[in-house]
Amino acid sequence: MRRFITRNAPGYTFLLPWLIGFFLLTLGPILASLYLSFTKYDMVSAPRWVGWDNYVYMFTRDRRFWKALHVTFSYVALAVPARLIMALAVAMILDKGLRSISLYRAIFYLPSLLGSSIAIAILWRQLFAKDGAVNAVLSFVGIDGPSWITDPNTSLYTLVVLAMWQFGSPMLIFLAGLRSIPKDLYEAAEIDGTPAWRQFTRITLPLLAPVIFFNLVLQTIDAFKTFSSVFIISHGNGAPADSLLFYTVYLFNEAFSFFRMGYASALAWVLLVIIAVFTGLAFLSSKYWVHYENERD
Amino acid sequence: MKTNATDPAFDRQLAEAAAIAAVMRQRREAQARRGRLLKHAFLIAASCVMLYPLFWLLSASVKPENEIFTSLSLWPTVFQFDNYTKGWNALPMSFSVFYINSAIVTGLSVIGNLLSCSFAAYAFARLRFNGRNFFFALMMLTLMIPYHVVLIPQYVEFLKLGWVNTYLPLIVPKFLASDVFFVFLMIQFFRQLPRELDEAAEIDGCSPFKIYWRIILPLSLPAMGTAAIFSFIWIWEDFLGPLIYLNDIKTFTVPLALRLFVDSQGESAFGQMFAMSVTSLVPVIIFFVLFQKLIIRGIATTGMK
Repeated sequence: MRRFITRNAPGYTFLLPWLIGFFLLTLGPILASLYLSFTKYDMVSAPRWVGWDNYVYMFTRDRRFWKALHVTFSYVALAVPARLIMALAVAMILDKGLRSISLYRAIFYLPSLLGSSIAIAILWRQLFAKDGAVNAVLSFVGIDGPSWITDPNTSLYTLVVLAMWQFGSPMLIFLAGLRSIPKDLYEAAEIDGTPAWRQFTRITLPLLAPVIFFNLVLQTIDAFKTFSSVFIISHGNGAPADSLLFYTVYLFNEAFSFFRMGYASALAWVLLVIIAVFTGLAFLSSKYWVHYENERD
Repeated sequence: MKTNATDPAFDRQLAEAAAIAAVMRQRREAQARRGRLLKHAFLIAASCVMLYPLFWLLSASVKPENEIFTSLSLWPTVFQFDNYTKGWNALPMSFSVFYINSAIVTGLSVIGNLLSCSFAAYAFARLRFNGRNFFFALMMLTLMIPYHVVLIPQYVEFLKLGWVNTYLPLIVPKFLASDVFFVFLMIQFFRQLPRELDEAAEIDGCSPFKIYWRIILPLSLPAMGTAAIFSFIWIWEDFLGPLIYLNDIKTFTVPLALRLFVDSQGESAFGQMFAMSVTSLVPVIIFFVLFQKLIIRGIATTGMK
C-alpha cells in the first residue's frame, strides 16, 4: 500500500490542477448540460423536468433551429474547401523553386493571426458595405455591387471570403507536409516526362493525404465553432433576415438574451453530436483515402 | 585502330552535342528564371491583396470622416491623428482602463496556462503512475468538445459563486489547465528530451518537482515560448468569455470596448472606431514580428490555429 502511494503520488500531484479542472469545468458541466437539456430553466426558478420536449420542439417546430443549421452547414461547405484549396495552392507555389519564402509566408499568415479579433470584424463590415472599399474597386470595372453585408443573399459570402483570407495555418501545415515528400519522386517523374498535373494527382495528393485529412478535420470543427466575427457582423442576432444566424449565435441568443438555458443546453448537445459525427465520419472514411507511409510495408 | 580522340568526325559530333547541351541548359535555366520571376510577380500581387484590408484600416484610421468612404486612395489628403486621441476618450471610460483590464486578464491567464499545462504535461510525459493512459485518453477527448457545451453550466456555476462581473471566471480555469491544447503541445516537446536526464537526477536524489523545475522547464523554453505567445494572442483577442462574464463597463476588456464602440458611436465616428481597432491589433502584430519564427514553427509542428 505504501509502495502504491509513493509510486503514484508524484504523478497525481502534478496532474492535480488538470484533474480538478477536468471534473469541475468539463465533466461536471457536460453532465449538467445533458440534464439541463431535458428541463425548462430560466435561471430564476429551479430547472423543471420536461422530458424530450426541448428536442421534439427543436426538430419539429423550431424554424430558426433549421435556419441556423442551414446557414452553418452552408458556411462549412463553402468556407472549408475554399480555405483548404487556397492553402494548398499557395503552399505549392511557395514550396518549389524559391529560395527566400519567409517574408511571403509571414504576410500570408498574418491575417490568420488577426482574423478572429473584433477589430477585423469591424473592418470587414465596412469593407463590404454599400459604399465600402470592395464596391469602390468593383465600380472601376463597371460593376454596381450590392450592399454585401445587409443583403441576405450575399451576407454569408462575406464571411466565406473572411475565412478564405485566413488560410495561413493550413498553408503552414501543408508546407511542412510538402517538404517531407521525397524530391526524387518528382525527379523520376520528370525524366519519365510525366506532365505536371499527373505529378500532382499521382504523387503530391496521395502522399499529402494524411496532412489533408488532418487539416480537413481541424478546419471543419473550427468552422462549426465560428462565433465572434459573425456576432459583430450580424449585430449579435444573425441579421439580416437570419441569413447570418450561425448555430453558435443562435445558441448564444437563446441562452444569454432569452435565458432559455434548458433549450440552449439541448442546442449545445445537438452541436456536440454534429461535431462528433463529422469527426467520426472523417476518421471512418480516412482508411479509404489516407494511407500512412509506415503502414505500407 | 583509331581512338575516338583522333577522329575528326567524332570530335565534331562531340562538340555539337556539347553545344546542344549548353543551349538546352541555358534554355532550361532561362525557363526556371522566368518561372521564378512569374512566381515572384504572382506572390507580390497576392501579398498586396492579402495586406490591402489591413492597410485600408490603417489609412481609414487617420482619414477625415468625409474621406473614408469617398476616396479610394490609401493616402489621406490630411492626416487626422486626433482620431486616436478622440477615440481613446469617446466611451464613458477611457481606453486606458480597457487596456489595463485586458493586460490583467491576459497576463494572469498566460501565467496560469504555462504553469498548469506544463504540470499536467510533465505528469503525462515523464512520470509513471496507475491510470496514466486512461487520463491521457480522456484529456485527448476533451480536445474535441466544443466550448459551447460546457458554457451554460459553467455560467450557472460561476454565477452561484458570485464570480460574474469579476475576472475570476476568465482566469481561474487557466490555472486548472483548461486549454488542453497546450498540454498536448508540451507533452510532444517533453517527450523528446532524453530520459537519461531524469534518471541521472533521480539517482542524485532530486525530487520530481526539482526535476521539473530545474531540468525539464529550462530545457523546454522553445515550447513554453510558443505556448506563451499563442495563449497571449488568443486571450487578448477572446470575445465570448468576456462577453458572457463582464457586464460592467469598468471591467470591460478591449474587444468588449470595441463592440460597445460599434453599437454606440460606430455610425457617427468611423475614423475613431478604426483608430481604436488599429490600437487593439498593435500588441498582436508586435508579438508576431518579434516571435515570427517560433509562431510559424509552432503551427507547422502541431497544427495550431
